Amino acid sequence: MKTDNLVEALVADRGSGGKSIPKVLAAALALGGLVSTALFFLDLDVPQDVAQAMATWRYDLATWRFDLKVGMVLLALVLAFRLCMELSRPFPPVRPVRRLLPLAMVAAVAVAIELTSFPSTAWATRLVGSNSLVCLVAIPMLALAPLAAVLWTLRSGAPASPALAGAAAGLLAAATGATLYAFHCIDDSPLFVVTWYVLATIPVVVLGAITGHRLLRW
Amino acid sequence: MRLARQGNDEAYRRLLGHVSVWLRSVARRGLTSAGRGTADSEDIVQETLLAMHLKRDTWDETQPLEPWLRAIARHKLVDHLRRCGFRDHVDIDDFASSPEAAVDVDASVTIDTRRLLASLPERQRRIVEEISLEGRRAADVAARMGMNESAVRVSLHRALKALAALYRSDRR
Repeated sequence: MKTDNLVEALVADRGSGGKSIPKVLAAALALGGLVSTALFFLDLDVPQDVAQAMATWRYDLATWRFDLKVGMVLLALVLAFRLCMELSRPFPPVRPVRRLLPLAMVAAVAVAIELTSFPSTAWATRLVGSNSLVCLVAIPMLALAPLAAVLWTLRSGAPASPALAGAAAGLLAAATGATLYAFHCIDDSPLFVVTWYVLATIPVVVLGAITGHRLLRW
Repeated sequence: MRLARQGNDEAYRRLLGHVSVWLRSVARRGLTSAGRGTADSEDIVQETLLAMHLKRDTWDETQPLEPWLRAIARHKLVDHLRRCGFRDHVDIDDFASSPEAAVDVDASVTIDTRRLLASLPERQRRIVEEISLEGRRAADVAARMGMNESAVRVSLHRALKALAALYRSDRR
């Protein structure tokens, strides 16, 4: 086939496309979040303490620690979304991790405040909290449906590095899971949040990177 | 590209024409600097055009088009060389900046696309051929094949995606 012939086929297909990837990604993310939440209420084989935690809905926005926790997960959500969009383009990424710097700064300040407001003997208790294991299980579980949705959407992207884009998708999915979970988790200490939420994010990022490496090639 | 997005077929055809001339020189020089013959260059041109078409939504209208095109071309060139077992670093910036260096390739009909086309499902292959080789419009193809016009368009789009996937998995 001559190149001119291929051009004719491409021109005939001009009407396809025209999708705004950020919009589709936002919709996919919302859908994934909804599916995740719904799965928890369908009485699946969820560990009992996770199910119990999910059944309690927290709305005490009055305490600053809770506000800060919600603020941090929402900031993570916004930054991960932008990172995802950036990494789904064909340009070689320039220091992508630097995009998460604002979050790291907020987290550092929050931890510093927490450390100064409690004597060092209380730090360990604040860190371990009351249900760190539940957090480690719940966030990755809640992140699975959003991860599938995000990866599916990013297939229409053209990432310079599919593995990196997949990792960003994992981060975005974990941030979604963390946002959903934050409203149920009874531990608000920044020490707890920074430690366990980050630990819970790692497997999702790794899964995203591995899947992305295969799925997002173009 | 902006006009093409607004629905101007002629503008899109012109753009793809210019881009293929530019890609041709990029592909030839890329192959030469990697120490390979230029026999595959037209395959790279076609594969890159296809990628550019299928991924055109990743171009941000507020940004200049050229860096985006260059990024796609680099990705596809590196991809092609890797498939052929070439593992060195390729930087197209050295030679991608002079698009006016045109190469005459009227004669190079690629055998490759034809081979890949043959592995598409029968109906998709026929639609691509009717539109590209015979230059028919989607509406005429629909009438000839007794299909609905939008079904022809969907099928064409799927065929192009499948073609891009075949290029990717084709190892020589």
